Amino acid sequence: MDRFVFLISAGLARGAVLALFALSLVIVWRAARVVNFAQAAMAVTAVYAAFAVTAATGSYWAGLLTGLAAGALLGAAVERGLMRRLPAHAPLPGIIVAIGLVMMLQAGLAIAFGPEHRPMHPPFSERPFLIGGVPVLSPYDLFTLIAAAAVMGALALLFGRTSLGLQLRAAAFAPETSRLLGVRVPRMVTLGWALAVATAALAAMLLVPTELGLNPHAVDLLFVNAFAVAVIGGLDSPIGALLAGVGVGLLVSLVTGYASASAAPLAVLALLTLVLLVRPGGVFSAKEARTA
Amino acid sequence: MKIPLRALLLTVLGIGATFGLDPFRNYQLATVAACFAAVAGLTVLVGLTGQLSLGHAVLMAAGGYGFAFAASAVEGPWPLALLVGLVAAVAVAGLLGLLLGMAAARLRGPYLAGLTLALVIALPSAASTLPLGADQGARAPFFAVPEALAALIALEQWHAWLAIVIAAVAVTPLVMLRSGRAGLRMRAVLDDETAARLSGVDPGLVKAGAFVASAVPAGLGGAILAIATQQVTPGGYGLAFSLLLVVAAVVGGLGSIGGAAIGSVLIVFLPWIVDELVAAVPSDLGQRLDGNLAVLLFGAGLIAMTLAWPGGAARLLDRLRAARPSRLATPTTTTER
Repeated sequence: MDRFVFLISAGLARGAVLALFALSLVIVWRAARVVNFAQAAMAVTAVYAAFAVTAATGSYWAGLLTGLAAGALLGAAVERGLMRRLPAHAPLPGIIVAIGLVMMLQAGLAIAFGPEHRPMHPPFSERPFLIGGVPVLSPYDLFTLIAAAAVMGALALLFGRTSLGLQLRAAAFAPETSRLLGVRVPRMVTLGWALAVATAALAAMLLVPTELGLNPHAVDLLFVNAFAVAVIGGLDSPIGALLAGVGVGLLVSLVTGYASASAAPLAVLALLTLVLLVRPGGVFSAKEARTA
Repeated sequence: MKIPLRALLLTVLGIGATFGLDPFRNYQLATVAACFAAVAGLTVLVGLTGQLSLGHAVLMAAGGYGFAFAASAVEGPWPLALLVGLVAAVAVAGLLGLLLGMAAARLRGPYLAGLTLALVIALPSAASTLPLGADQGARAPFFAVPEALAALIALEQWHAWLAIVIAAVAVTPLVMLRSGRAGLRMRAVLDDETAARLSGVDPGLVKAGAFVASAVPAGLGGAILAIATQQVTPGGYGLAFSLLLVVAAVVGGLGSIGGAAIGSVLIVFLPWIVDELVAAVPSDLGQRLDGNLAVLLFGAGLIAMTLAWPGGAARLLDRLRAARPSRLATPTTTTER
C-alpha cells in the first residue's frame, strides 16, 4: 500500500511534466497544423543554455529564465527560418525538415558539450516528505507540480481571456478570414512557435534534474511519451493533453514500480497503438470532416 | 522480362566488383547492400504512398532476429539454414509490417511517424522484456566460405556475394511492384483518396499492402546485416540508424530505387570518410567530432535537400538521362509531397 501511494504521487509529478510537454505539442499543432518532431531537440538545446548560465552565475533561477528565453527565441527562429519556407498542406516536408533539425542540433550539442551526462542539480530537495510514515511527494516534485499548473493556468488565461489569445486562435483556425480582419497571421504563427518551444523547454528543465543528467538525448523519451499523450488527448485539445498526461504519467510510474523500468516504453507504445486503432483522432478530439 | 534481366546484370556486375575490393571494403559493400534493401522499401513507401515510417530500423531488426533464431535452429547443410533463415526473416518482418500497415491504413502523416518513432524507442525495452537476449542480442550463425571457393575468395568477399544476391532478391520484386498495377494504385491513393475510392481502389488495403511490401525487403536487409556481423543487437538498430535510413531515402530522391542505391552508399561511406578525416584532429575535439560531424552534415543535407531540391539525387539522374533520347518512355511521378 505504501508503495502504491508513493508510486501514485511520483506518477503525478511525472504526469505534470508530460502534460506540459504535450501541451507544447498541442500549441504548435493549433498554431501551424504541424507536429514538431524537433521539439525535444530544441528543448534540450534550451536546457543546455540554462545549464551554461547556471554554471556561470551559480543561480538556478537565472538559468531557468535563460532557458525559457532561449526556447522562445529558438522556436521563433526555426519558424521564421525553416518552417515558413515549406509548402503548406503537406505534412511530409515539415516532418523531414524537423528530423534534419534534430540531427543537426543533437550532433551540434554533442560536439560542443561532449556526449557525457552532465549532472543538473534541482533547486529543492528530492527527499520525499513522510506523511504517517509513507513517503509521498518531494519538495522538488511539489515545485514541478506548482510550476506546471501555473504555466498551464497562464496559457489557458492567455488563450481564453486576452485579445492576443483570441488573435492566436483566430489565426490558427481561419487564417484567410483573420487576415482580412486585420490579424497579423504570420506573426501569430511565429508567436505560437515561440510559446510552444518555451513551454517544452520548461518541461525539459523540470525533468532533467530527476534523470541521469543532461545529455543531447535526455529528452527523447519524454518527447515520445508526450507525443503519445498529445495523440491520446487529441492533438487539438489542451484539456485532453492535461488529463492524458496525468494518466500516462501514472501508468508509467506504476509499470516502472511493479514490473520494470524497461517495460514502461512498451506499455506506452501499446496504449498509443490501442488509441490510434480505436479512435485515431484521440479521445478528446472533435469529429473530423467527412472525406467520402 | 526487362526488370529481372537488368537485376541479374547488376547482380553479376556487383559480384564482379567484389574482386577489386579488399576485405574491409567488401564488408562495407555488404552493409551497403543491407541498407539498400531497407531504403528501397522505405523510399517506395514514402514516395508512392506518402506514409513516413521512422521505424524501418525496427523492421530490419525483426528480420535480423528472425533470421538469427531460425537459421541457428536448423541442423543441416548451410544452404538449408540460409534459406530457412531468410524465410523466417521475411515472415517476421512481413508480419510486423502488416500490423503497422493495419494501423497506417487509419492514420495520416504525423500520427504514423509518431507511432513508428515510439516503436524505435521501445526496441531496447522489447529486447530485454521479450526473450531476445537483452542488450547482448542474438548470435547469428556463421556462414563459412564453401569448400569449392575457399581457395579463391576471402570470407568478407563471400559475405558480400551473399549480401548482393539477397539484396537483389529483395529489391527486384519491389521494382516490379512499383512499375506495375500496384504502383499505379499507390499513386492514385496518394493523389486523392476519395477519387481512388470512387474508382474502386480501397485505400486502406493499398496502404497496408504497401507497408508489407516495404517491410519485407527491410527484413531481408536485417538478415544481410546478421550474416555480415554474425549478431543482432538492439543497439545496432536505434533511432540514429533509423533516421539515417530516412536520410538515404530523401537524399536519394523519394520513390526512386536508383536514388535508394545512391543514398545507401552515402550513409555507409560518408560517416566512415568523415571519421577517417576527423581521426587526424588531435585529442578531445577529435573525439567529440567522431560520429557526430557526419550526423550534423546529414541533418544539414536533409534540410537543404527538402527546401531547395526535393527531387533528390534521382532528379539529377533523370536530367542526365533526359539529355540523351531514350527509347522507352517510363511513367514518372510528379507528386511532391
